[in-house]
Amino acid sequence: MLKRVAYYPGCSCEGMAIEYDQSVRALCYVLGIELVGIPDWNCCGSTPSHSYDPLLGAALAGRNLAIAKSQGLDVVMTPCPSCLKALKTANQVFRERPSEFLDVLGMPFSGDVRAISVLQLLYEEIGPNLIQKAVKFPFKNKKIVPYYGCLLTRPPAFAQFDDPENPVSMDRLIEAAGAAVPDFPHKTECCGAALGITQRDVVMRLTGRILEMARAVGADAVAVACPLCQQNLDLRQDQVNRALKENFNLPVLYITQIIGCALGIDRKTLGIEKLAVKTDALFQSA
Amino acid sequence: MRIGVFICQCGTNIAGTVDTRAVAKKAMEFPDVVFAVDYMYTCSEPGQKEIQDAIASHRLQGVVVAACSPRMHEATFRRAVKKAGINPYMFEQANIREHCSWIGTDREANTRKAIDLVRMSVEKLRCNQALFSTQVAVNKRVLVIGGGVAGIQAALDCSDGGLEVVMVEREPSIGGKMAKLDKTFPTIDCSSCILGPKMVDVAQKENIRLYAYSEVEAISGYIGNFKVDIRKKATYVDWDACTGCGECTQKCPSKKAFDYFNEGLGTTTAINIPFPQAIPKKARIDSDYCRYLTGGKCRVCEKICPVKAIRFDMKDEIVTEEVGAIIVASGYDLFDARVYGEYGGGRYPDVISAMQYERILSASGPYGGHIRRPSDGREPKEIVFISCVGSRDISVDRPYCSGVCCMYIAKQAIMTRDHIPDSNCYVSYMDIRAPGKGYDEFIRRAQEEYGVKYIRGRVGRIYPRGDRLVVQGADTLLGVQVEIEADLVVLATGVECSAGARPLAEKLRISYDQHGFYMESHPKLRPVETNTAGVFLAGVCQGPKDIPASVGQGSAAASKVQALFSRDTIETDPQVAHVNENMCIGCGKCEQVCPFGAIRMKTLRDGSRKSEVLETVCQGCGLCNATCPNKAIQLRHSTDDQILAEINTLFD
Repeated sequence: MLKRVAYYPGCSCEGMAIEYDQSVRALCYVLGIELVGIPDWNCCGSTPSHSYDPLLGAALAGRNLAIAKSQGLDVVMTPCPSCLKALKTANQVFRERPSEFLDVLGMPFSGDVRAISVLQLLYEEIGPNLIQKAVKFPFKNKKIVPYYGCLLTRPPAFAQFDDPENPVSMDRLIEAAGAAVPDFPHKTECCGAALGITQRDVVMRLTGRILEMARAVGADAVAVACPLCQQNLDLRQDQVNRALKENFNLPVLYITQIIGCALGIDRKTLGIEKLAVKTDALFQSA
Repeated sequence: MRIGVFICQCGTNIAGTVDTRAVAKKAMEFPDVVFAVDYMYTCSEPGQKEIQDAIASHRLQGVVVAACSPRMHEATFRRAVKKAGINPYMFEQANIREHCSWIGTDREANTRKAIDLVRMSVEKLRCNQALFSTQVAVNKRVLVIGGGVAGIQAALDCSDGGLEVVMVEREPSIGGKMAKLDKTFPTIDCSSCILGPKMVDVAQKENIRLYAYSEVEAISGYIGNFKVDIRKKATYVDWDACTGCGECTQKCPSKKAFDYFNEGLGTTTAINIPFPQAIPKKARIDSDYCRYLTGGKCRVCEKICPVKAIRFDMKDEIVTEEVGAIIVASGYDLFDARVYGEYGGGRYPDVISAMQYERILSASGPYGGHIRRPSDGREPKEIVFISCVGSRDISVDRPYCSGVCCMYIAKQAIMTRDHIPDSNCYVSYMDIRAPGKGYDEFIRRAQEEYGVKYIRGRVGRIYPRGDRLVVQGADTLLGVQVEIEADLVVLATGVECSAGARPLAEKLRISYDQHGFYMESHPKLRPVETNTAGVFLAGVCQGPKDIPASVGQGSAAASKVQALFSRDTIETDPQVAHVNENMCIGCGKCEQVCPFGAIRMKTLRDGSRKSEVLETVCQGCGLCNATCPNKAIQLRHSTDDQILAEINTLFD
C-alpha cells in the first residue's frame, strides 16, 4: 500500500472546492497516508492551455511531475479529474514527442511519475475492505448514489481505471461507508461541465436529468469526485430548481467527505458546512 | 553444376518496378549459371514449358526462378522441374515480388535488390543436394472435434465415403449453436427440423463413434498416424444402460440447476437431458446441483431409474483413439454483453442476448415459443435490437465483423412482428452487412414488408424507467438524438473464439490469429487446411461465418480427408532435421526445444547418448538447428552451409 504520495491540489481545491481539499487531507491523515506538497506547484494548464497548444499544456502539467520526481516521489495524487487528465497527458506527450516536450519544459523529465486520482488511491491502494473495517459511524438506512461524471474513467485506454461505462469503485466505497447504493443509470452521464458559464440552459437540462434520476432511485445524497460535477449538482441546484420548476433538495458530497464522516472525522474539518444544499437530513438517523 | 535462371515479369507486378531483362543479363555472370531469361508469366503453362525445354536443351542440373513468394508457387515449379527430370529440391525460388517489386517504386534500387536476391538463390542452389521423400502408411480413420453443424456435416460426408469417424463433442449433446436456434435466415427454415435428421444420422451411422460430453486431452503423432487421448467426463449415468426415458428428470428434487441449453432463462433439474432432440438422448447429472453429490443425501434418481443406470462413483475416463486425419470444428462462443456497462446486460433482466431471445422464440424454449419478458412474463410490445455488441469495436478488442448478426436480427425482428403483430421493432445498426444469397432481399423484407424500424446509430445508454427500459441513442442519418421506451432489449452479441480454442490449438500444433480463430494454410487457396499436415478446419473456429458457409467448409474438410485417404501411403517432406551422430554430444537441448516432440534420445552400443529425429513427426521448423551447440543437427534444405552461402555472397 502507498504510504507517501505527492499531493497536487490544483486550482479548484484552493477556491470553489476548498472542502474537497480539506476532506482529502483529513481523510488521508486518518488513513495514514502522507501527502507531500509539491513546492512551487503551478496550474495544470486546464482547458485553455492545451486548446491553444498541446505542448504548452503538457509542459505546464509536466513541470509539477518533474518537481515531484526531484522530491523523490513516484506517484502524484490529485483530487481533480481534469488536473489528473492534464498530468497524464504530460507523460503521454513526453512519450510521443520527447525532444519537443523537453525543449519546452526545460528541466529533467523521466516520464515515470504516475498520476492517480484520490478515488483511485482510495479504491486501489487502500481498498473498500480496509475502509469498511475503519468505519465507526456507518450511514445506516441511507441511500447514496455515486456520480462519476465524464472524465474519471475515460477514455478507457487513457484512464486505465474502473469500467468506462459502468464504473463501480465509488459504489464499493459508499457501501463500505455503510450506505445502500441503488442502481444509478446516470452515473456517467454528462453534467454539462463548463457550459454553465456560456450556455447555462444546457447545464440546467443535463444536471436536472441527473438529479431527477437520483431522486427517482430514492437517493438521500449524491457522491461525487470532481469539483466541476460538484459545482453543477450542488451550487447550481437552486438554479436548476428555478429553471425546471423543480424542488430538488439533494445533498451532493465529495466521496472523501462521505468516507470521512463514516470514519468519525468531524464535519467541520471535512468542510461539510461549505456545501450549498444542506446535509442535515443525511445525518439524522432514520 | 549447370544452373538456369528464370526471371518472371509477373505482368507488370514485377516488371513495373524491376528491370527483369537486366536481372537476367546480370545472372549470366554468376557462377555455374549457363542460361538466364526473363518471361512474362513464368508460372503459366508456356512459362513452365520454357523451363522444361531449357532443362533439356541446356542440360540444366538446377533451376532458380525469381518470381513471387515461394508460398505462392514453389510447389508449382518443383513439379515442373521434376517433370523435366530434375530433383525438386534442386530448385530455388527468389522472391522478387513481395520482397522487392511491391515494396518500393525506385526502379534502379529494386533492380539491384532483385539481382542480389537472385545471386543468393544461385549460391544456395550450388550447395543443394537432391532430397527424397519416404512413404508412410495411412490410418484411414478420421477424428472430428466438435459436433456442431460444421462437424456433423464433415462427419457424415466422411462416413458416406466409407471412412470410420470418431467424433468428440464437449457438451452432453451434439448440435452446437444451431440446435439452439429457432429459425434460420433467410428462408425461415425451422433450425431443429433441418439439423435434427443430421444429428440422428450421426447417432445411427455404424461407422461414426460418438464421444459426447468428452474433450480432447492430448494428441501425438503425425499425418496418417495420430494418437488421440479423449477425456470422457463423468456423467454419473451409464450411457450404455440409459434409455433416455426421462423418468429421473421428473422426480429429481433439485430443480434449480442452471439451464445451459436455454442460456440461463429458467432452470432445469440436476439430472437432465439437455433438450428433447438431444443426441445422444441420455441423462447426465450436473454435479454442481446434485443433492447427493453436493450434500451426500438424496439418490432419488437411483431409485427411480428403471434400468439402474445411475453411477454416483463414476470418474472421468481417458480413452485412446488412433486416426490418420483430424477435422477441427470446435465452434465459437458469443461475446459477453456485460462488457458494455452502458447497456446493462446482466444487470437488467429485460436486456437479453440474441441467443437468449432465440430460445424465447423457440417452441422448445423456456416459454414454449410465446414471446415474454424474463422479468415479469409480460408480452413485450416495444422491442429494440442493438447490433454490433462486441463486433467492429476496437475498444473491446473485437475489430472484426461477426458476419451473422445483421441477418439474425432481421430474422428475429420478422419473427417478432409475426408473433405479435401490434409490436414495434427497432434495430439500431452501424451498417447493414448482408452479402449472401437472398440476404439483402431478406433485410428489405424486414424493413418494407414487416415494418421493422431501422435506425442508423449507436445506443449510448440503457436504463430502467418504471418497468420499462429507456434506450438512449443517436440517429446519425437524421442527426438527432433518439430515446425509445422499450419493453425488451435484444443485444446482438458477436462471435468470438471458443474459450478452449487456444489450448486446443496448442494440442493440435496449429496456429491461431490474435483473436483466437484458427489460421488456415492460405486465406484464399487453402481455406480448410492448416499448416500442420493432416489437420483440417471447418466452421467458425476458423473465423465468423454463417450456417451455409460452415456446412460448406464441413464438406470441404471431409473431401480433403477423403483425398488424403484415397492413397494407402503418403509421402513425407524430406525438409526435416537430420543428426550427424559423429558430432552429436548428446546434450539433449534439441529434444527440449522441439515443439513437435520429434526428437528423442537414444543410446548407442558404446553407451554414448545421441539424439534422433523422428522424420515423420518433424515439421522442419529449425529450432533444433539453431539450438544445437555443436551444429550436429542440421535442417535439410536449410543447412548452415546453405544459409551462410546466401549471406556470404551478399558481402562479397
